[in-house]
Amino acid sequence: MTRAVIIAIACLLGLASIASAQQSLPPAPLAYEQLQDPAQEAAAQDLMQTLRCLKCQSQSIADSDAPMAGDMRHQVRSRIAAGEEPEAIRAWLVERYGDYVSYAPTVSETTWPLFAIPLMLLVIALFVLRGRFRREAK
Amino acid sequence: MKRLMLWVPLALFFGFAGLAAYQLTQPKDEFIESAMVGQPMPQFDLRPASPDRPGVALADLQDGKPKLLNIWASWCVPCIAEAPQLEALREQGVEIVGVAIRDKPEDVAKFLERYGNPYTRIGADDLSEIQLAIGSSGVPETFVIDGNGIIQHQHLGDIRAEHIPMLLQKLQEAGS
Repeated sequence: MTRAVIIAIACLLGLASIASAQQSLPPAPLAYEQLQDPAQEAAAQDLMQTLRCLKCQSQSIADSDAPMAGDMRHQVRSRIAAGEEPEAIRAWLVERYGDYVSYAPTVSETTWPLFAIPLMLLVIALFVLRGRFRREAK
Repeated sequence: MKRLMLWVPLALFFGFAGLAAYQLTQPKDEFIESAMVGQPMPQFDLRPASPDRPGVALADLQDGKPKLLNIWASWCVPCIAEAPQLEALREQGVEIVGVAIRDKPEDVAKFLERYGNPYTRIGADDLSEIQLAIGSSGVPETFVIDGNGIIQHQHLGDIRAEHIPMLLQKLQEAGS
């Protein structure tokens, strides 16, 4: 019994030392540091708001404090500082993680009904209304 | 007929609500698969993460021999559970190259001392750059890389005993 307790405590201490190790490396240089050029920083912000944090539930990398989100912000800011277009950076990430990583809506093979159905409903509604008004006019 | 048609919108609504309720009860798949399977590894050169193993560069993955590329970290708890399985793979002659994510050399050394060192090389990825470049979204993850440096398979999460035959199979398919 006492042995089991000692082992359990040792395990917990072991886990605690590992968990504290997580924070030991400082965040990436550009994770929390804005770019010097306000226009570039604004472009980076716009992009980071629409990129999904891969480690968190439905947060953008701009909102998340996860270390990996910080590394992604560093990646975005350093690429924009190097003159890369925001959409090229988004494309680079989508190439690696699929559409999942981007919050920007795109029309694709699977998403086109989302755009087509409201239009179809609108057209149907117009036809129905036209029929009604005609009947009333008579 | 017309009376029946009146019920159609309500039926559609309940159909939709039922579908949404069903989807809410389904477990969410937390893993994000990499779209880089079948693609070549990017250009990279990582400094050694531990004093007794060399770092990793692209050329090391293009020496003609298939390998496992293990993405891990000393702060990652499932990596502890995975350590004996990596050791078992090494004993079967598999070459395992490690990439330590956001890690300090002393933490890496402590982890390897405690849980074993199955790696021939360990690179340090301090800014998750290689991880992002190969579409990996967490630790641990393991990639099967063929002798030409092409990613052939991605294993998400820790390797358990039951995954070993599958990984050996994938390595064989990659030409080992």
